[in-house]
Amino acid sequence: METPLALTVGVLFACGLYLVMQRNLLRFVFGLLLLSGSVNLLIFTVGRLTRGAPAFVPSELSTPPGDVSNALPQALILTAIVIGFGLVVFAMILLLRTYERLGTVKTEELSAHLEAPRPVPMRHDDEAPA
Amino acid sequence: MSWLVGAPVILPLAVAALLFVLQGRREAQRVISTASTALLVTLSAILLYRVSEGGILVAQFGEWRAPFGISFVADHLSAIMVVITGVMAVATAVYALRDIDPDREALGYHPLFQVLLAGINGAFLTGDLFNMYVWFEVLLIASFVLLTLGNRREQLEGGIKYVAVNLVSSLVFLGAIGLVYGVTGTLNMADLAIRLPQAPGGLVSVIAMLFMVAFGIKAALFPLFFWLPASYHTPPQAIAAIFAGMLTKVGVYALIRVFTLLFVHDVAYTHTILLWIAGFTMVTGVLGAAAQNDFRKILSFHIISQIGYMIMGLALYTPLALLGAVFYIVHHIIVKANLFLVAGIVRRYAGSFDLDRLGGLYRRAPFLSVLFLVPAFSLAGFPPLSGFWAKLVVVLAAADVGAWPIVAVALVVGLLTIYSMTKIWQAAFWSPLPDGVELAPRPSGLLYAPVIGLALLTLAIGFWSGPFLAVAEAAATELMDPTAYVRAVLGDAAAATIGRTP
Repeated sequence: METPLALTVGVLFACGLYLVMQRNLLRFVFGLLLLSGSVNLLIFTVGRLTRGAPAFVPSELSTPPGDVSNALPQALILTAIVIGFGLVVFAMILLLRTYERLGTVKTEELSAHLEAPRPVPMRHDDEAPA
Repeated sequence: MSWLVGAPVILPLAVAALLFVLQGRREAQRVISTASTALLVTLSAILLYRVSEGGILVAQFGEWRAPFGISFVADHLSAIMVVITGVMAVATAVYALRDIDPDREALGYHPLFQVLLAGINGAFLTGDLFNMYVWFEVLLIASFVLLTLGNRREQLEGGIKYVAVNLVSSLVFLGAIGLVYGVTGTLNMADLAIRLPQAPGGLVSVIAMLFMVAFGIKAALFPLFFWLPASYHTPPQAIAAIFAGMLTKVGVYALIRVFTLLFVHDVAYTHTILLWIAGFTMVTGVLGAAAQNDFRKILSFHIISQIGYMIMGLALYTPLALLGAVFYIVHHIIVKANLFLVAGIVRRYAGSFDLDRLGGLYRRAPFLSVLFLVPAFSLAGFPPLSGFWAKLVVVLAAADVGAWPIVAVALVVGLLTIYSMTKIWQAAFWSPLPDGVELAPRPSGLLYAPVIGLALLTLAIGFWSGPFLAVAEAAATELMDPTAYVRAVLGDAAAATIGRTP
């Protein structure tokens, strides 16, 4: 089972990397999602795969009766999924705000914005009142 | 006393929770947030005192024995970093009272600031790689929001680069953690120090490179630094100061930790790469600064070039070089944050960060000029300020092992740093005020308080460098020989097996 999963990780990672290098930042976020999925799958795979032996303890025992699968990678992945979800949501909101404010999510157009002369002098809107 | 090891993380988290509840009550938030940073620095100082008296302190959460539970470990390096975080927290919290506008406070500046502190301290104290990833994410998400809070155009543009690059870095870090777990079956750093030497060397080198890339992005190393000058000049100065002081140094700390405790199987290979990177980081940073004409952008590029010196100390991997690296970090955090705070006051006088639109401040504000000169000369390495000793130690360490090219690079970069600092001095303080620019009245004295405090600290480190060097030396000794670290976490039996091949 390791080989197909390892290949899946590789293919997902390559697709993610391809998307991350696009100029459209929306694609960048999709690439991030693929990368994060492939990394989670990587952790799952390197934790060694044991089929048909869930890490359950029967109610009358205090330890599992035989060999069980490694539950730790699943705990790690669960944490990573939650964190990744939060980060991607933040990135999406940031993109949305940028689109509302600047009208584009393409990197070269954003840089052009940055280099263009300012139409109005910089506002001091981060000044605290005296 | 193990609660003390967790205190620098638990306190800001608890305060953050309280401040979220108090959202909307501005005065209460301001008082509690500032007061809690004073408590934070006190607890951190007690922690450092205990560590220097009684050796490494360990907390095993839930009394789950390492390597199965999550350990917090306070050795000298961690304790030093936590103390300096506390100092920065106080300085920026006081400055923020006048610098952060009510809009940002209403959007949740105060709780986020505390979450950021908790994330930074967690990353410094944890003894578990995956837990370090979690703390990195905590500080990252807080920094994302703090950076973009206010939604101004420059903030969004800078924020996107910062967020994008740091998210990629986090994924590389997570992937590297997965591979480490696959090779060794553990993520406890003390346990890894025992098991990694037994793993196949080539595979470990690959994993080491992944960590170098992940932390190299966070630390803004060449060639992964470009997100930093694109974003650090956009938020208000109180936020920029704590970013400039602390965030890249979390990356530097992580590099020092993994390349002294975990990846020392092939120092000739990994640390030589680090030395090359250090040289390029110094040069590109300082040349980037020379090309800039904005107060804050010059300072941002100088963060990068100074990080090169710290990595140089790590790359040389001798007790003296690591002492220099640790001392350099402490000196740099204080000085760099202070320069950002000074830049904020200058902007309040003249309304701009653009050097072409500044001038005449020496005549108008001689005291502020002195306050700029102290950290600026220290950054450039003038004796007897803190930067002089920091540079002296790393250069001596390089000369000791005969690494003359890096000595030359370090000295030339030092000269160019002087050039940048005199450029700011010349344009903002010495030259006459440009036509059409009016200087505002003197800003609130509260803005000066942290600047004066940090400048005094810089002078103290310069004139009484002995005690500071002694603590840094203790940290370096622990880093060079991880036996004490392993013994503190796992016990005597495990420490005896370190470095033994099966």
